[in-house]
Amino acid sequence: MSVAIVKYNAGNVFSVQCALQRIGVDAVITDDFEALRRADKVIFPGVGEASTAMDYLRERGLDEVIKNLTQPVLGICIGLQLLCRSSEEGGAQCMGIFDTDIKRFDNSLCAELKIPHMGWNTLEVTTPNLLIPESLRESYVYYVHSYYAPICRHTIATTDYVVPFSAALHRDNFYATQFHPEKSGDVGETILKQFMAL
Amino acid sequence: MLAKRIIPCLDVKDGTTVKGVNFVNFRDAGDPVELGKRYSDEGADELVYLDITASYEGRETFIDLVRRVAARVSIPFTVGGGIGSVDDVARLLGAGADKISINSSALRRPELISEISSAYGNQVCVVAIDARLEDNGEWICYVKGGHEPTERRLVEWAHEAQERGAGEILFTSMNHDGVKQGFANEALLQLHNALSIPVIASGGCGSMAHFKDAFELGQCDAALAASVFHFGEIGIRELKQYLQKENINVRTI
Repeated sequence: MSVAIVKYNAGNVFSVQCALQRIGVDAVITDDFEALRRADKVIFPGVGEASTAMDYLRERGLDEVIKNLTQPVLGICIGLQLLCRSSEEGGAQCMGIFDTDIKRFDNSLCAELKIPHMGWNTLEVTTPNLLIPESLRESYVYYVHSYYAPICRHTIATTDYVVPFSAALHRDNFYATQFHPEKSGDVGETILKQFMAL
Repeated sequence: MLAKRIIPCLDVKDGTTVKGVNFVNFRDAGDPVELGKRYSDEGADELVYLDITASYEGRETFIDLVRRVAARVSIPFTVGGGIGSVDDVARLLGAGADKISINSSALRRPELISEISSAYGNQVCVVAIDARLEDNGEWICYVKGGHEPTERRLVEWAHEAQERGAGEILFTSMNHDGVKQGFANEALLQLHNALSIPVIASGGCGSMAHFKDAFELGQCDAALAASVFHFGEIGIRELKQYLQKENINVRTI
């Protein structure tokens, strides 16, 4: 099986490659259009700023390549956000796979709310799906983010951080997690294995 | 609900764990990678690796260590020690670190915080503060590993660091560090009330109840410790079970 990790200006690709190696998967990090189209699985990770990342992808035509992939694709963190319609971060227009607009956590709702949402929080599986099995309900996964995807028709799992938000999304061949499976210990490894088995 | 985090801290010199790690039946205690993996397996939520090497060769060894930790450990880890520029940060993140921690270099040149956070996001930038409660009742920040006082006060500096783009504050009380009588809960609460970013408590724990107090009285988001874990005085698994029983929300595995 060939697995490609999208190479772009949002960091964190090396961590994803390491996590895949731990489950016995050798992945290539590439921005080559053909290599991405030919891969059996594509992972679209990222840590960074949405509008800068989106500009980078658009300048290189990578946004069109990613949007039109037909094999299983897994967006992680900023990867998830860039697959939504838009983001409040830098006013970015994103790829529009998932029908929701990324918002910033609002600490006027609650003075106790720390931003970024950083650390381990629990999953609620809201729609049966192949990425996050029901057995992982209430499991802890690792988050670090200041923006979130509100719940929409593509939401398959949620997490509560003052407001419930989309922990994971699914539409056709596109899957995405706001949390970092590559940093979520055994739970994260289970989710990555599930993705590899799609 | 977001869990309170427990973070073991490993001091590393020339690629080896220092600060007398003393585990029964654990031959690899001197290897920071295997020790980190062990803590991760026991339920640590994050790891911190501090490079206390002074030499250039030692720095290169540390980068290699970061790469090996990234390959082996599946939880987030922060690295610190001797970071003075965005280039240093780039090398460490490129080697697989999730966050970096800066201390004296940020006090010397506060712009470093904004340079790092604008290049890599607030979440990677942990600002560590060593402070001492002086006789006049003021918490004063120190540099050079606590050897040199500055003009800065703890809460004021922490707030400035947040405004400049720090993603977390790691506060070590020099009064409490090594004394094992508990964390500096009053100062932690002041930081909690003044800041909108997470606060990590460091320095002073000697018992499991001290962690509970830091979370309840100090309202901190995470607690860091070294020797109680390294000497096996407190096991992370039993600590998590204890905290859970005390109704503190922690991740148990």
